[in-house]
Amino acid sequence: MIPLSLEGLCFSEMMLGHVVMEELMSGAEIVLKALEEQGVEVVFGYPGGAVLPIYDEIDQNNRIHHVLVRHEQGAVHAAEGYARSTGKPGVVLVTSGPGATNSVTGLTDALMDSIPIVLISGQVPTFMIGNDAFQEADTVGITRPCTKHNWLVKDTDLLADTVHQAFHIATTGRPGPVLVDVPKDVQFAEGTYHPPSDSHKKRYRPNLRGGAEEIGQLAEWIETAAKPIIYSGGGVINSGPRASELLRNLAEETGFPITSTLMGLGAYPASGDKWLGMLGMHGSYEANLAMHGCDLMINVGARFDDRITGRIKDFSPNSRKVHIDVDRSSINKAILVDLPILGDVTDVLGQLLDKWRNRGSKTNSDGVRSWWRQIDEWRSIDCFSYANSKKIIKPQHALERLEALTAGRDRYITTEVGQHQMWAAQYLKFEEPNRWMTSGGLGTMGYGLPASIGVQIAHPEALVINIAGEASWLMNMQEMCTAIQENLPVKQFILNNEYLGMVRQWQELLHEKRYSNSWCAALPDFVKLAESFGCLGVRVSDPADLDGAILEMLEYDGPVIMDCRVDKFESCFPMIPSGEPHNKMLLGPSRDQAGIGADGAVLV
Amino acid sequence: MTALNIKKGTSRKSAYDLRRSRESDTETHTLSILVDNEAGVLARVVGLFSGRGYNIESLAVTEVDHTGHLSRITVVTTGRAHVIEQIKAQLDRLIPVHQVVDLTVEGQSIERELALLKVGSGESGAAEALLVAEEFGATQIESNPDVIVLELTGTVRQIDRFADRLLDCGLIEIARTGVVGIRVKE
Ligand SMILES: Cc1ncc(C[n+]2csc(CCOP(=O)(O)OP(=O)(O)O)c2C)c(N)n1
Ligand SMILES: [Mg+2]
Repeated sequence: MIPLSLEGLCFSEMMLGHVVMEELMSGAEIVLKALEEQGVEVVFGYPGGAVLPIYDEIDQNNRIHHVLVRHEQGAVHAAEGYARSTGKPGVVLVTSGPGATNSVTGLTDALMDSIPIVLISGQVPTFMIGNDAFQEADTVGITRPCTKHNWLVKDTDLLADTVHQAFHIATTGRPGPVLVDVPKDVQFAEGTYHPPSDSHKKRYRPNLRGGAEEIGQLAEWIETAAKPIIYSGGGVINSGPRASELLRNLAEETGFPITSTLMGLGAYPASGDKWLGMLGMHGSYEANLAMHGCDLMINVGARFDDRITGRIKDFSPNSRKVHIDVDRSSINKAILVDLPILGDVTDVLGQLLDKWRNRGSKTNSDGVRSWWRQIDEWRSIDCFSYANSKKIIKPQHALERLEALTAGRDRYITTEVGQHQMWAAQYLKFEEPNRWMTSGGLGTMGYGLPASIGVQIAHPEALVINIAGEASWLMNMQEMCTAIQENLPVKQFILNNEYLGMVRQWQELLHEKRYSNSWCAALPDFVKLAESFGCLGVRVSDPADLDGAILEMLEYDGPVIMDCRVDKFESCFPMIPSGEPHNKMLLGPSRDQAGIGADGAVLV
Repeated sequence: MTALNIKKGTSRKSAYDLRRSRESDTETHTLSILVDNEAGVLARVVGLFSGRGYNIESLAVTEVDHTGHLSRITVVTTGRAHVIEQIKAQLDRLIPVHQVVDLTVEGQSIERELALLKVGSGESGAAEALLVAEEFGATQIESNPDVIVLELTGTVRQIDRFADRLLDCGLIEIARTGVVGIRVKE
């Protein structure tokens, strides 16, 4: 059909009285209009030469809130925090060259943790591409392995469709980051705007419903299992709030114990009586032993990560393994399973519950009852207990007090990476999904502060706390300016041990306490730093003052940097040393003596 | 022109051989991948192999549908059975990939490769080369005072053997397309 142009408007599609208006506008306008039609309210970004036309449009259009970050890595992590805490895609805008390369860590982080991110980058004009132009980088080349998909748009007419497709691909199936690279001449040129339509979804349509036969098989196994366990992961959170509801139903109705990966915390409430705590390298004793000893393992949206499995050949040796995942390549990647179910968690759990209820909601209740007796025995070890002190603040104690003083509040937690992250996962209690934002797969120090900003933007009234280590926090501390500029009362709860604590712990265990370069001999005065940023700084080092300091942080109406001086030599337990099976867990200095074998030392 | 510096019977080994393969349970599979012929699609496929440490023994690619702009990529790869399964699943996940067919296990298929082999005309070996060519059913497609060029279409092993024989006849250069295959029975 030949488009009929009419004063800047053309009607190219008139079918059955359905008229789609396709307007001519500049590429930059097209980007803004496409974002708006995709429901975008917030963009995290940083300007530069190659995106100026789009920034000019942002200035004209006051419906999209642009958050000016202080580093492009921060923009992506903020968008991740926004996405994880809302279930909506996070949107990022950066310039060409250094703007794009600065966002690579964030994109990789989002890819590893399956976070939907749409990043739009400026690029040098099409006629200069390949000439080593000023601020040119091969952005699609560099980001190909760290995005779910990416595009270089060379024609303004293709821009709208590409952006719509980008949103579809980022948010459908296993979510992930996508990047649209837009040369500056394409932003200036006029082109046709196309609204979102089903045709953008044609190319990528992952399978969401599970196979009936597999679901029937799982229902049957649920009826007979004597030592079952549900092992849930970040896929439950990504699938949406309904998935968490269904997961809760499954655990409650079957009476099966449930554990979760770091990424899945909150899908099942920590206060639920089927909850075994997190599993994995620093997970609970009972969760890991139950995984090791079970006869039926139901993996719901987790991926048998090496932090979870420990030594592969000893992983849960006597169980039937079922894996529910929307990504076929996750199935049989690390662990060969007996029953793969390819589909979205919400769909599959819905189908499973229907099937199992229709068959009479049966379980092997005698078997499961004695399984719980065994689990209760493991639980009585009380693996998270630690020796508290009156002289020095133990990091675990600081988190227990924070938990006690914030429980019941509308609370979102982000973290940096290190010991403090693991303690946060162990000692804070998550009752709902989307309340816990942490860098799991990539383990990116510097994630937590910008992520807390993204969360607070999405939830202005909520209490948002970043549990940080002093070293990680310094990696993106420039983002405090963003928090101040945006008036975001994010609380930076720094467990300051003056060490790259997790590195120090491994050096203690594996390298005979040769603490090579893990001590931060120079650190800023965090209270003065807070003042210089224009927010409140609080320092505490005496356990007797801890509650008061936490309350001061909570009551202050604005951002706070809390320098919580903790024991420098505390280690994070329990711990399954790398390369060991689940039942070779270390409980802590006072309780056992064991080392990591030479094979384990090569694993990180 | 100098003779080609390869040894007789040199083993075929991929530059992407990061994993410890060549174990007894290593399999060789030919994958036929239909993709959108868009910018960067080959880089996506090849980058997946290098990034995840999979092997590429042979690679052939060109557009096969000029209206729908679809290309067919034929990859010969090696690995343990579960690695081959991973490769297929990972390929399937790429957005421009429409279809992945494992020609080695899905139905019946035939595979061929084309090679061009250059031999110096001046050398005494040229006459011998033509005799070998006849034996293998190769055709001479160029003859000038400097070189003759022979063309052979066949299985990988036939071409290997043919090239091996030509080494004694003053073989100068070989160009091979890599394997392509097609299913003959579903
Ligand atoms: C960007 C980055 N660089 C290096 C590492 C390796 N690493 C993991 S934890 C850690 C130490 C973190 O120190 P800190 O933030 O003070 O936390 P702590 O372990 O002391 O609680 C390091 C260096 C990493 N995860 N990320
Ligand atoms: Mg530290």
